[in-house]
Amino acid sequence: MADAAIDPRELLPPDEPVHLLDPDGTYHEDPEHPIDLDDAGLRELYRLMLVTRKVDREAINLQRQGQLGVYASCMGQEAAQVGSAYALGEEDWIFPSYRELGAALVRQCDAAGLLHLYRGTWLSDHDPYKHHFALMSIPIGTQALHATGFAMGARLDGNPIVTMTYYGDGGTSEGDPHEAMTFAGVMKSPVIFFVQNNQYAISVPLDKQTAAPTLAHKAVGYGLPGRRCDGNDVLATYAVTRKAVERARSGEGPTFIEALTYRMEAHTTSDDPSRYRTQTELDEAAKTDPIVRMRNFLQQRDLYDAELEQAVEDQAKEVASYVRAGIYDAPHGDPMELFEHVYVDPTGHFEGQREQLRAELDAAQEG
Amino acid sequence: MAVTLAQAINQALHDAMTEDERVLVFGEDVGKLGGVFRVTDKLQETFSEARCFDTPLAESGIIGTAIGLAMYGYRPVPEMQFDGFTYPAFEQIVSHLAKMPNRSRGTVKLPVTIRIPYGGGIGAVEHHSESPEAYWAHTQGLKVFTPGTPDDAYSMMRAAIAMDDPVIFLEPKRRYWMKSETELPVQTEAPHRAVVRREGTDVSVFCYGPMVRTAMEAAEAAADEGWSLEVVDLRSLNPLDTPTIVASVQRTGRAVVVHEAAQTLGMGAEIAARIQERAFYSLEAPVLRATGYDTPYPPAKLEEFWLPDVDRILDLVERTLAY
Repeated sequence: MADAAIDPRELLPPDEPVHLLDPDGTYHEDPEHPIDLDDAGLRELYRLMLVTRKVDREAINLQRQGQLGVYASCMGQEAAQVGSAYALGEEDWIFPSYRELGAALVRQCDAAGLLHLYRGTWLSDHDPYKHHFALMSIPIGTQALHATGFAMGARLDGNPIVTMTYYGDGGTSEGDPHEAMTFAGVMKSPVIFFVQNNQYAISVPLDKQTAAPTLAHKAVGYGLPGRRCDGNDVLATYAVTRKAVERARSGEGPTFIEALTYRMEAHTTSDDPSRYRTQTELDEAAKTDPIVRMRNFLQQRDLYDAELEQAVEDQAKEVASYVRAGIYDAPHGDPMELFEHVYVDPTGHFEGQREQLRAELDAAQEG
Repeated sequence: MAVTLAQAINQALHDAMTEDERVLVFGEDVGKLGGVFRVTDKLQETFSEARCFDTPLAESGIIGTAIGLAMYGYRPVPEMQFDGFTYPAFEQIVSHLAKMPNRSRGTVKLPVTIRIPYGGGIGAVEHHSESPEAYWAHTQGLKVFTPGTPDDAYSMMRAAIAMDDPVIFLEPKRRYWMKSETELPVQTEAPHRAVVRREGTDVSVFCYGPMVRTAMEAAEAAADEGWSLEVVDLRSLNPLDTPTIVASVQRTGRAVVVHEAAQTLGMGAEIAARIQERAFYSLEAPVLRATGYDTPYPPAKLEEFWLPDVDRILDLVERTLAY
């Protein structure tokens, strides 16, 4: 029997997304969504967003110079990613899609290592157990189930951790996130489904993606509270996620969050967004830039000055050049590693194929 | 003691869960009901609902959460209720379960054993008699085991659960009630080894899972005709124990591969290719295949005409002997 205490109206998303910061930085207090950060924490959110943007820009440049095969930018989504990821505890896990550079940097993942996926040197080059940040997932929305399973395991083990998975508006159309929400709802798993509604799934706009009133409404059918926030407002994404984390950690179960944001760049560097969106739309979106907004807020609070800007700029440049060097200097990989890590216990696999490659490499060396 | 193949798997799950509390059994109806074939009978009662639980009816969900559970540190043994219901989980199996250890350069291990009752011969309705083994065997990163005897069912299941690699464990459902006189626990050969079930000198018959018994019956019948068949139970479809296959053909000079799945690009194609690559000069005749036809699985009243049986095997044995 379903828990009779759940009032379905409480699951419904509120009429207005949670919004704490205006584009000019004016802060609106919301007792339901307090910000439990000190000045250093507020500056940290700004720093993480700016570094994310610089690394993102560097990655686009590297792709244009032929150093990366392709790249999926997160420009414009910094607040959605940084605010939400920052709301987790260190022991909590993130299960990302391929666009979560900002969340990865919150987790102190090595930015150059992350780009190996796009470089084509290795399929992935970070240790998920070190950063509590799972491998980036390219099949859409499939990672929602991994986050749910991991959360089921944690709950079974009595470990008070929370997992959070990211996917986009397109991902809400796939089957796996729905199965994940079904499982999480039934099992009361401590998982957060964080959807960055960036308005487009490659070229397909939201109104061709769903007929639901909002994406957050979808949660209700699975017994999950559907929440919405201004995804370009880092304080809102932080506060709303914080609440979901507390809910999950106290055993109340999963939450679905829709963060309304805008993908300022192309879907990937292979995409041509001029075919499906206008300059006017882009100009309009630029007015909601999450980084400018947070800077305005910090200025209003006297938490921002030239010194901070310089320090953050310097650090961002340093990370960007570290990324560049990391990509340039990365070895192209040992071909013999092809046969490694396919099986923990390889018991006679590959039937001479390893020897074949070795012979081909030797022949190439001898010229 | 007479043990059925289903009981042997049940005991294997029971013993694995007793030895290692990280082993979890879950799927559709595996709890109170004990599985539609009762393979998970009493596991929930014995080990609690936390370790043997019913899931929502969602196959991708079952496998996707198994991956998350394995990443956490559990050793999940999810059940796909029937072969034909595994397809919704195809993406999770081929894109994540099989690849994640490799993508992560070994940092992620996924010790997941997926149990799939497979194959025909029980008069089931559509979608309940599929033989999808080639999909899994073609997917690198998976191991694919299929026992043909109760002893192997026990021993190979224990080995699969103990392994750090993901395993597709195909259970021949028409043999669930097949008995052997055995004392459990029993340990048979390592699961990646093929086993010669019956020695012979004229033709090697390669088989696995539900067809092991059929091939043994064919060998019995062949003996009446004066033909000596060697029956090789492959047991593992990935990896394939090529040395054992080749050695058998080198002894007999002739080979017939038997499986229920349709012929085109089935396991028989791979085995035939390996034999001609490695034992070409031993061959007295082309490698032949006794398989299901290249049609969708038929309705129950027609399956006896579709499935390979003793006669189909013997016809091919005769053909290969005619060269």
